Amino acid sequence: MNNTVPLPTPHTPGPAPTDDIPLEVHDLTVAYQKKPVLWGIDLVVPAGKLIGIIGPNGAGKSTLIKAILGQVPVSAGWVKVFGEPLKKNLRRIGYVPQRESVDWDFPVNVLDVVIMGRYGRLGLFQRPRREDVDIARACLDQVKMLPFANRQISNLSGGQQQRVFLARALAQEADLYFMDEPFAGVDAATESAIIGLLQELKSRGKTLMVVHHDLSTAKEYFDMLLLLNMRVVSFGPTEQVFNNELLQKTYGGRLTILTDVAEAVKQQS
Amino acid sequence: MNELIPDFDFQRVVVAPWASDFQGNIWVVLMGFFAITACGLVGQYLVLRRMALVGDAISHSVLPGIVIAFLLLKSRSSGAMFVGALFAAVLTTVLIEFIQKKSRVKQDAAIGIVFTSLFALGVIMVSLFTSQIDLDLDCVLHGEIVNVPLEFPFVQVAGLTLGPSSVVRMAAVSLITAVLVMGFYRQLLVSSFDPGLAGSLGVNASVVHYALMGWLSVVVVSCFDSVGAILVVAMLILPATTASMVTDRLPWALASVPLQALLSALGGFHLATWLNCAIAPAMVVASCGLFALAWIFGPVDGQWAKRRRRRANALPDAVLDPFLGKS
Repeated sequence: MNNTVPLPTPHTPGPAPTDDIPLEVHDLTVAYQKKPVLWGIDLVVPAGKLIGIIGPNGAGKSTLIKAILGQVPVSAGWVKVFGEPLKKNLRRIGYVPQRESVDWDFPVNVLDVVIMGRYGRLGLFQRPRREDVDIARACLDQVKMLPFANRQISNLSGGQQQRVFLARALAQEADLYFMDEPFAGVDAATESAIIGLLQELKSRGKTLMVVHHDLSTAKEYFDMLLLLNMRVVSFGPTEQVFNNELLQKTYGGRLTILTDVAEAVKQQS
Repeated sequence: MNELIPDFDFQRVVVAPWASDFQGNIWVVLMGFFAITACGLVGQYLVLRRMALVGDAISHSVLPGIVIAFLLLKSRSSGAMFVGALFAAVLTTVLIEFIQKKSRVKQDAAIGIVFTSLFALGVIMVSLFTSQIDLDLDCVLHGEIVNVPLEFPFVQVAGLTLGPSSVVRMAAVSLITAVLVMGFYRQLLVSSFDPGLAGSLGVNASVVHYALMGWLSVVVVSCFDSVGAILVVAMLILPATTASMVTDRLPWALASVPLQALLSALGGFHLATWLNCAIAPAMVVASCGLFALAWIFGPVDGQWAKRRRRRANALPDAVLDPFLGKS
């Protein structure tokens, strides 16, 4: 796509992202009304990796991301982002929620949505600057959605909506990204465009944690996998953890001790 | 026409009110305009957040707050009433949240439980203490907008006579509402559209939520003693939905609110003059008329526009013929 809009300049406030550990999670536990959803999650996430979070439905994949971002109440444990509490490093975080989590009939256009990615960098009453609009347009161009900039968001296909969300994440110019099922319900062309983009971000030293549900592509897409089923079944390089035994443990459901305990707690309450 | 509906006499309905009693009538229309503007702006975000009925709840559940304020403070001053109503309004939103979060009761049911209970409690209190309270339940529902010009003395600031106190107060509330909506545009937008993203950007969605609920209470309470609960409920919802038929950009939707308020207030006033009916409900009917027009002719979501788009996008019949075995 030929276009005069400049690409966003890489913006890394503070120390370079490779200097320290992007994400450290210790003993993170989340429970909804006595029913445990995540138990004792321990993670040390290295920088510059593309990490897939996989596990069965109800394994707590989305909840893990929300708990790390402080959006669900946490019963125990702590999270450190680039060695500090999350609040101190919000600007280095990018988040792509599930596409279905928002109302696509909302009265905004594509560019409005992408500019939201810049809000974290504006003062309390500050309006988006020229620079923010330019960056938003450049990010739209990166996902091949610039021609749709003025389109109302309800007039987009699922794949286009997902690209808009990705453009918004790019506009956040973060160092650590959380993406909740960015491949859900998108066409094959969008899927390969998205994975290309994620790999490019990784090559620029960004860390990406991506919730994924398609085991057939997990192996080729990700450097590392987090196998999750209420607790961390395994976390490591894809070639080490993507094997039958561990997948069985992740998806075997009923067989884990934890589920038995959860059942017992549920029956008592 | 017939005996129920008077003839439409242009002179009597449109000209006479302004020629004979401009001073009195202008305050009625302005009161309507400011009330609808304030409600419409806040209501825009209620509708976007699918909380349209929270305004409904608040406008009814303020009753016990008002009664208790009367009993405790032995005062009919609007200040005492305001405090009581505001307290009840905030209690309403907190109770709705509480029931919803602590149980499997969904929001619509929680709203239904809270506001009907509080309203019933208010009605009981009115009937119990009826000797001590000079409170007209009709007035609570329909308001007494016709009394607005009779509020003497008018408010004066620096020797300048501004107008009846309720109109001045309503003007201030709607002006502040407009300033808040513009000033916190981004925070309201992102937390309404995508609360998850808002959190990761450092916008605390629950702070925004409670601030919106708090300000909603202020708006509802300051409206309703003059325009009544029905107008408030309608005006929280109608302008936003009308705008959604006409535009798909939020700034334009917000900008359309004062225009809609002007048309509804003027239209309602003349409708009431024509039919000799209560003014506030007539303003609601006028606003509803705008909605009907937008529903049919609105360029974004109007039925006519959608039908035309469907026609334009449909394939000509002949295109399909080869595939259907016709040639």
